Amino acid sequence: MAQTVKINVTVNGEQVEREVEPRLLLSDFIRHDLGLTGTHVGCEHGLCGACTILMDGEAVRSCTIFAVQADGHELQTVESLGTPDNLHPIQQAFIEKHALQCGFCTPGFLMTLVDYLGDNPNPTEEEIREAIDGNFCRCTGYFNIIEAVKLAAEKMASH
Amino acid sequence: MAGKYVHQSILRLEDPELITARVQFLDDIKLPDMLHAAFKRSDYAHARIKSIDVSEARKLPGVIGVYTAEDFGDYVKPGPLQVPPPTAIKGATYVARTTMPIAKDKVRYAGEPVAIVIAESRYIAEDACDLIYVDYEPLEAVVDLEKALQPGSPLVHEDLPSNEAGHVRQERGSWEQAVKEADLVIKRKFFINRNAGAALENRGIIVQWDKHAKQMTIWCGTQSVIALRNQTAARLGLFESQVRVITPNMGGGFGPKINTSLPDDALITYLAMKLERPIKWVEDRRENFLATTSERDQVHYCEIAVKRDGTIVGLKDFFYHNSGAYNPYMMTVPLNSQSHTVTNYRVPNFLTEFYMVFTNQMIVTPVRGAGRQYGVFVMERMLDAAARELGMSPVEIRRKNLLPANAYPYYTNIIGQDFVEGVLDSGDYPSAFEKTLELIEYDRFVNEVQPKLRAQGKKVGIGVACFSEGTGVGPYEGARVTVGGNGKVVASTGYTSQGQAHYTTFAQIVADQLGVDVKDVKIITGDTGYFGWGAGTFASRGITVAGTATYMAAQKVRQKALKLASKILEAPEEELELADGVVRVADIPSKFIALGDLANLANPMRGTMEPGTEPGLEAVAYYGPPYGATGAGCMAIILEVDPETMQVSMEKMAMVHDCGTPVNPMVVDGQIHGGIQMGIGDAFYEELIYDENGQLLTASFMDYLFPQATDMPKKLVLGHMETPSPLNPLGIKGVGEAGAIPVPSAFAQAVENALQDTGVEFDRDTLSPSRIFTYVQMAKGA
Ligand code: FES
Ligand code: FES
Repeated sequence: MAQTVKINVTVNGEQVEREVEPRLLLSDFIRHDLGLTGTHVGCEHGLCGACTILMDGEAVRSCTIFAVQADGHELQTVESLGTPDNLHPIQQAFIEKHALQCGFCTPGFLMTLVDYLGDNPNPTEEEIREAIDGNFCRCTGYFNIIEAVKLAAEKMASH
Repeated sequence: MAGKYVHQSILRLEDPELITARVQFLDDIKLPDMLHAAFKRSDYAHARIKSIDVSEARKLPGVIGVYTAEDFGDYVKPGPLQVPPPTAIKGATYVARTTMPIAKDKVRYAGEPVAIVIAESRYIAEDACDLIYVDYEPLEAVVDLEKALQPGSPLVHEDLPSNEAGHVRQERGSWEQAVKEADLVIKRKFFINRNAGAALENRGIIVQWDKHAKQMTIWCGTQSVIALRNQTAARLGLFESQVRVITPNMGGGFGPKINTSLPDDALITYLAMKLERPIKWVEDRRENFLATTSERDQVHYCEIAVKRDGTIVGLKDFFYHNSGAYNPYMMTVPLNSQSHTVTNYRVPNFLTEFYMVFTNQMIVTPVRGAGRQYGVFVMERMLDAAARELGMSPVEIRRKNLLPANAYPYYTNIIGQDFVEGVLDSGDYPSAFEKTLELIEYDRFVNEVQPKLRAQGKKVGIGVACFSEGTGVGPYEGARVTVGGNGKVVASTGYTSQGQAHYTTFAQIVADQLGVDVKDVKIITGDTGYFGWGAGTFASRGITVAGTATYMAAQKVRQKALKLASKILEAPEEELELADGVVRVADIPSKFIALGDLANLANPMRGTMEPGTEPGLEAVAYYGPPYGATGAGCMAIILEVDPETMQVSMEKMAMVHDCGTPVNPMVVDGQIHGGIQMGIGDAFYEELIYDENGQLLTASFMDYLFPQATDMPKKLVLGHMETPSPLNPLGIKGVGEAGAIPVPSAFAQAVENALQDTGVEFDRDTLSPSRIFTYVQMAKGA
């Protein structure tokens, strides 16, 4: 057995302690060790954005971080957002604007946007495009995602 | 045809679960005792394997097994053809060299597997791959399509006399005659580049063999569960009923996931049985670029024969098509190119001929558009060339030659991928064209906006291109619709879903037939345990073919319900209606029976059953069209080119399309949007580049440029037309590939128009900024 290291992380508000190999990617740790499979992996080289999560409130790509680097940090994944009966406003906006098709890229977009809209509650269309430029989607052409972000901003403002 | 649900933009029923991560994609599945696979892949595109040393890899702790071709014995042989050969086309010739599950003696493309490792974790399996040493004797690689057919070229398959994989020649009218009648014959050569499907979710498979039940379960992100089940059963000597294939949620398909009998499914099914433990393999992105099928390079030599007034009298297109190292998918892609070349226009004489060529590159199979866009590209480029030579505008020449609105059904005389003569079932191409010009404000742009901007030194251009999309082809799909005792309805089909909203659109069709709430209809796709017949997800045929089968099955259930309710309610069938989950007497709504109760009564537990009746409120139906339903439309783009960087920014895009009845207009728009993203990639950025040694230079998203949100047009306007298809009761035509098809044609024309002062003319479909720069330099004679 390869050598392991003990890490302590807070994931979606819960403290977890695990032994991990130093080379284990944070994305694999979240998906396979913690079973939080909502975080998706599309490239594992930091380009597609599917694996985006929040680390101490900032959107990061979990495929370019080792699990050991998350030691002592606070993580948030898509599982921390809404439930079918109680959707997060961004999720609600995505549904209303048909901003997801296969839904594989969606968790990455959502986490990017939770961070972004938190800091920029009233973005212009151009700013929205810039904000999601690091997230790839093959299904939607981004058009409806842009509309969904506008709607989400409105919803969040009125909350 | 509109109903309470059909033709309505209802929100997707699958979304609340999907967006809250309460679904399962392939890699989310974890089985007890599961092992993991990784492939050792060839570094060379063409080489003889002298020896493979796996001894160190086998010793690595956690490794269960390392297998090369030798370890599989007779099991290693070329897989079956995925589509039948084109025997319907007179004079067509072909050879079949289908995919090897693992390289034996020789590798034929960079990335071809030479060994497979099974280990306790994926990390260990990959470590073990690094400990496998292969001694290769490199051979000269076959890369260039035209050189590949010259005498003396190295051979991809040495048992063949040449690298020719197939040849088809089809003619309508007489090209020779066209040349005689023409005032002018214009010649051009075009290059078509190779693109990846690049679904965000990579391919993958999990196989479990239950040694007690003698039952195999395969979870796979496949576009064809039936092909995967049948080919697996045949290879392993099992009955089809012993193999169940389930597609979990899929993160996009776009074509490449239709393939079966690839190294992964062929080897992992075998090993899961042998090792009696479940095995998972999930591709990484590099493998996806290297070793998942991709699409089409082609080289076209084209001639158009025209009259001085711009009337087309004939077109000749001769092209080479890259099949890659093996050709399991036969001729689908080049036949699509061939059958989509002249569909939008009156071209009395048309000669089209292609050679398929084996090369030391990845196997070519369909990717969204599936060769159609290259027929369209060639035609649209030739019209642009003719307009240029004749001093006409691109609009004028198109308007002059478009098929008139009264031309349908129009017999094309050209046999397509479904092996029947192409028939344009319905449409109105001139209206789509004019409507597009209106939406983009063509005249205003050309007469007012462009001159002003040009005066300011801006390089702005406009382009317009027509397209057609043969969709909804045969052979068939089927569906089973069942009303449960709970009063809800379940419909299952062998069709598979990759995000196209089938769980909503099929439910809309069923709900209208059975008078239930759409939320009470559950759709099951892509699980052979529920429905075991069908062909697969290709050619934009989901809603057209499987949707129609679902409609027909629902209608049968409706008839059954009416018949039974008529007896129970003692009222004639004509006086009954299905609504609100009940069957009731239309005039006396208090006289009703709930569908769930009716379903229970339709399955009597004692007593007798009337001869000729079948139990249950359940029915199965199959639908196979005589030929496909052809969607069509037109696209226009206004763009600006930065003269320094040649970076293109798309200011506005307009597209008009006609897919007959849109079952859910919101979903139709979404399909078009996605197609446009792929079309933009094709026109602008995306390119799988192989070097002269057959090495893929673009095997990551760093090098293979995927269109992002800032690459999309600043403004998109869609226009809709609905000419119902006469081929199916709902009047549907497919739309899955529409967006992708016209972009390269409209884009090339618009960039040329923007750079008009340079006289530049493009002869290829992928125009990155650096390419555009090179073309401009060439045009300047630099
Ligand atoms: S999987 Fe992390 S950026 Fe693509
Ligand atoms: S919805 Fe499929 S990749 Fe974005």
